Amino acid sequence: MAMADQPAGKSFRLSMLLYDTRYRSITIQVIMLTLFVIGVWWLINNMYTNLAIANKAPDFGFLWNPSGYDINQHMIDYSSQSTNARAWLVGLLNTLLVAFLGCILATVLGVFIGVLRLSKNWIISRLMTVYIETFRNVPVLLWILFANSIFIDTLPQPKTFRGENATSHMLWDAFAFTNRGFYIPKPTFGEGYLPVLIVFALSIVAIFIFRKWAYKRQEATGEILPVFWIGVGLFFIPAIVTQLVMGSPIGLEYPALKGFNFKGGFHLRNSLISLWLALSLYTAAFIAEAVRAGIMAINKGQSEAAAALGLRQNRVMSLVVLPQALRVIIPPLISQYLNLTKNSSLAIAVGYMDLTGTLGGITLNQTGRALECILLLMLTYLAISLTISMVMNIYNNSVKLKER
Amino acid sequence: MKKSLLLGTIAAVGVLAGAASAATLDDVKANGVLKCGVSTGLVGFAAPDANGRWEGFDVAVCRAVAAAVLGDSDAVQFVPLSSKVRFTALNSGEVDMLARNTTWTFSRDVDLGLTFVGVNYYDGQGFMARKDLGVGSATELDGATICIQTGTTTELNLADYFRSNGMSYEPVPIETNAEAQQQFLSGACDVLTTDASGLAATRATFEHPEDFMIMPEIISKEPLGPLVREGDEPWSDIVRWTLNALITAEEKGITKDNVEQMAAAAGNDPEINRLLGTEGDLGGMLGLDKQWAMRAIAAGGNYGELFEANVGENTPVGLSRGLNALWTQGGLIYTPPFR
Repeated sequence: MAMADQPAGKSFRLSMLLYDTRYRSITIQVIMLTLFVIGVWWLINNMYTNLAIANKAPDFGFLWNPSGYDINQHMIDYSSQSTNARAWLVGLLNTLLVAFLGCILATVLGVFIGVLRLSKNWIISRLMTVYIETFRNVPVLLWILFANSIFIDTLPQPKTFRGENATSHMLWDAFAFTNRGFYIPKPTFGEGYLPVLIVFALSIVAIFIFRKWAYKRQEATGEILPVFWIGVGLFFIPAIVTQLVMGSPIGLEYPALKGFNFKGGFHLRNSLISLWLALSLYTAAFIAEAVRAGIMAINKGQSEAAAALGLRQNRVMSLVVLPQALRVIIPPLISQYLNLTKNSSLAIAVGYMDLTGTLGGITLNQTGRALECILLLMLTYLAISLTISMVMNIYNNSVKLKER
Repeated sequence: MKKSLLLGTIAAVGVLAGAASAATLDDVKANGVLKCGVSTGLVGFAAPDANGRWEGFDVAVCRAVAAAVLGDSDAVQFVPLSSKVRFTALNSGEVDMLARNTTWTFSRDVDLGLTFVGVNYYDGQGFMARKDLGVGSATELDGATICIQTGTTTELNLADYFRSNGMSYEPVPIETNAEAQQQFLSGACDVLTTDASGLAATRATFEHPEDFMIMPEIISKEPLGPLVREGDEPWSDIVRWTLNALITAEEKGITKDNVEQMAAAAGNDPEINRLLGTEGDLGGMLGLDKQWAMRAIAAGGNYGELFEANVGENTPVGLSRGLNALWTQGGLIYTPPFR
């Protein structure tokens, strides 16, 4: 203590770095940081040296060579002559697709189940408890495999749809559910489809304007318009009328059995559907718990006050409780979205060609560039996760309590 | 000063790592057990039998090497490896050698740092389908759904074959042979493709093998053989010449039953004498004793005996010798001389 009283810099001695409490923590931190940097540098250097000895110094040139393999589900043009980098992109898009679909379904299911778990109806709340406990306590890989085996073993083969005495039939001649996936109609755009699309876009804009106007009117006069039904009407009627007036330019292409498989329409592969369902059902169980926690965090007085104002039960939930609960729900929701996205890397178990299946699977295998592929893979997942959490944080900031 | 010390350490570690990998023979002898990478289960080539003992054509190569080096054909630790991890496992030293239906290709040999020591089965990629599919040839497969094991050369051959024939297909990538069977049997894919020998082995495990046919087309060359890490010549020599000893034994009529008798005293054929150690010291040049080849042959028999016992026509796999007959009988199996 006596040393601390001395004016600093007057007589600085080297030993003060260790014995003077003003400098000691800095000294320790500098030493630790130096050791840490040296340690990391040594590890990386060691890796490079040993790889160089094994004639495998890191080289990313393989990314521009033809991949040589085919991918069944590709959202952009891809063939076996495309580069490994393009295969990586195809895998990335497949990962994003399943993550996007999964997050939406998981949120819808999760909110629904979380609210129902708080239901006063004994059977419903118990059923939801059973759902949550079963789904979140079994590894997600097993759910994925389970969903896939159900699709493969219980749905009919395409060939059973064939011939006079077919044992399986298409639903409304438009949907075929087979053990190779679901075949659904695909829209086709004929001559003069543009006006229909424009009218459709305009009607969506109109819905938003109408809603805003309706709320303003409600605030001014207290009258409540049937916003939902008018919105539905606006959504369908103008577009359908234009479609009929223009002579049905937008048609549907139906799947039909040709050769070995169904041709035409969209093909939703079993791998995508089973991965999507399993990830959503699994994550929904966690989201449901977050939603329940969020709702329970809202003071009972809030809903009682809302009820005293004469709001009906569903309006209390949607206008008073859920908006406040969102503040509690969103942070854990972000981590559930991240979990879902990262869990989608189990896709190869059912043969879904995601990032791990293309870059981290076949490309890695065929080129033997394990280190490079895994590094790129980690960086890609990191980038996806950081993007998701950035977007969700922006949303979180918009709903959180504004302190004035 | 500090930096040079650090560099020195790294260099030392590098040299140590190099030294460790350079003496696989010493490692194997010190451990008393040969770590051999095999397939995760392919009847006839590598699969545990009812008692959990690994059996098969590839397994026999591991046993022969263990018998030659350690004197005990059971001193083998079998490490089942998926096609995806096999090269990493070998390169990282997790296994000492790989005998796992692995195709010898340019890029694997040159780029992946592996050394193929020979060919123990000349194979080619084929297709299997249910007979009631009504397809007789691979050229009629336009639009078919095809199950394929990822991480193998078959994946690339398939893409090439369909592209060059102007046909389309739907690949269903699968991780292991067991999953491929499940998907194929439930009809989730029309066709299963892999090496023709693998198809025959897989079909042998089906409940009704007669309902399935293997198509006549062979769309690729797949020379399968054992391999080791690059950069350890003494060790690759041992594995290479153990395989060659098995083949030469068939050529010279040395069998499991008569090998001990022939090795007891020098006979008329100098090559047999050199092989079995009654003349010269070929074993010593390999760093082994004179009896190494005798033990390798006694472990399971010569090449022909191993073939007949594991994958031959009288086994459920039912493969004929075909390309894998000795060169003297119109096949491709040939070895350099023991001299």
